Amino acid sequence: MVNIYVCIKQVPDTEASILVKDGRSINEAAIKWIVSPYDEYAIEEALKLKEKIPGSTVTAVCLGPERVHNALRTALAMGADRAVHVECNAALDYQNTALALAHVIRADKEFGVIFMGKQAIDDDAYQLHILLAEELAIAAATNVMAFAFENQTVRVEREIDEGAREKIEMAVPCVVAAAKGLNTPRYASMMGIMKAKKMEIKKITLDAIGISEAQNRIRLLKLSAPAEKPQGRVIPGEAAAAVHELVRLLREEAKVL
Amino acid sequence: MANIGLYIELKDGVLKKSNRELLSLARKSGQAVHAVLFCPDVQPYLEELKGIQTVIQVKGADLSYQPDRYARTLAAVIRDFKLEVFIGIFSAQGKDLFPRLAAKAKASLVNDCLAVDLDARKAVKPVYSGKLLAEYQVEAGTALFTVRPNVIAVEAITTTNAPEIKNAVMDSGELRTKIISVQKSASQKIDLTEAEIIVSGGRAMKAKENFAILEELAKVLNAGVGASRAAVDAGFATSDMQVGQTGKVVNPKLYIACGISGAIQHFVGMKTSKIIVAVNKDPEAPIFKKADYGIVGDLFTIVPLLKEEFKKVLS
Repeated sequence: MVNIYVCIKQVPDTEASILVKDGRSINEAAIKWIVSPYDEYAIEEALKLKEKIPGSTVTAVCLGPERVHNALRTALAMGADRAVHVECNAALDYQNTALALAHVIRADKEFGVIFMGKQAIDDDAYQLHILLAEELAIAAATNVMAFAFENQTVRVEREIDEGAREKIEMAVPCVVAAAKGLNTPRYASMMGIMKAKKMEIKKITLDAIGISEAQNRIRLLKLSAPAEKPQGRVIPGEAAAAVHELVRLLREEAKVL
Repeated sequence: MANIGLYIELKDGVLKKSNRELLSLARKSGQAVHAVLFCPDVQPYLEELKGIQTVIQVKGADLSYQPDRYARTLAAVIRDFKLEVFIGIFSAQGKDLFPRLAAKAKASLVNDCLAVDLDARKAVKPVYSGKLLAEYQVEAGTALFTVRPNVIAVEAITTTNAPEIKNAVMDSGELRTKIISVQKSASQKIDLTEAEIIVSGGRAMKAKENFAILEELAKVLNAGVGASRAAVDAGFATSDMQVGQTGKVVNPKLYIACGISGAIQHFVGMKTSKIIVAVNKDPEAPIFKKADYGIVGDLFTIVPLLKEEFKKVLS
């Protein structure tokens, strides 16, 4: 059996418009929150591993304010067994976030495979999974597109440059950071959703862990909207003439050829 | 003067193109710049490394990329050479290596930077898939930054000053994360995240086989071939081709979107392209609001014409 963990993050929906509120935070008023898409691959792979190895459990861990209960309930509805909410209304930097997650996982002396998304689509930090692994002194593979578990050894494939694939071997425990292509996440069944509503979410505070924003080494100075591109133009005329004109503009005006 | 370190990424012994962007950024800073290379001989690279203070050559019997060993070696270099800021490319290897290095060197990392102020230890990076920009500052300890390819302008080297060559030893300790093999793609595809030109197809491609016309166009332009999420989800293209919020973020000089409507989730993955061209049958497609140039028409007519026209002017 394997004690499987999956660390997830709640983020704004991919279609959401993101507006800056006061230079350092975003306006959350009209935002629909979802589980970060790469974390859904992580949940799915965790559940697949649990199904393969009898007696295994999946614990979902999420750090954030009260609203992240919905993300944890999504993981429970998909099939996770337990949920842990690290209550956090502060903006922790990457290292402190990794410390907080490590604290929760380390409490289980027999933790096995930890799944995460390769990045969360809000701060796009691309490092939490490796920082967590280093804090726990275990192996980590990022951008994983194929996962196999056998005799306490994890074998993964990850995409690197030019579509090349790197094969990696790690002993358990280890961290696996999921990329698109790893699997197709399941939908929660109606029964799963009903069951998840009644399941307990264990809470732990940052105070109990002994971490606060004051220990941050990276500070967010400013959030801003990027400059908008001026609207371009549609080249009129029939196909051949328009193509001829387009290629001329690309050479002479845009100078990109 | 601060000590700035650069990780020079070699690929099959060749200096990756984006290293020149890092070098331009570092030379401009006016700080003491130290470039780290893992290689048996630095001679072939010295021409490119003019105008910096030190080349730190990492030597060892086995210099193949293993993340744990590279991270420990670089952590020792940062300590021994008292580097306060250390930068690299936000490449597949950079994404794997720099977080490990941050942990081992007890440093703080900001990834995927569009601009870096080496002196103030500040950087601007896209967040929310580029819907916003965030400026971060590393306030304490060593600062690590990875820089997005194709963003920083490469400037011609005007100095003839040759750097001093120093050595460091390759770590040979245990491997927790062990790379067993690297399998190259059979098709030798152009890497989208560093491509100068990308031709991309959307749902209107209608079938997997039809991507052949994009590949023919790409061949003429020496371009990479990308796809929208709709095309990937429909099975027309593989997921490694996907450009967008849940795919790759690309930054070419020229991005040609064929039969792509222009949903925000795709747009955020390619919006920093210098020039965006849209080909779409639907004059109301949102992509036309975001493209620099557009042609309203059937891509199955336009793409072959484009191929012939590019062939004519590029030959």
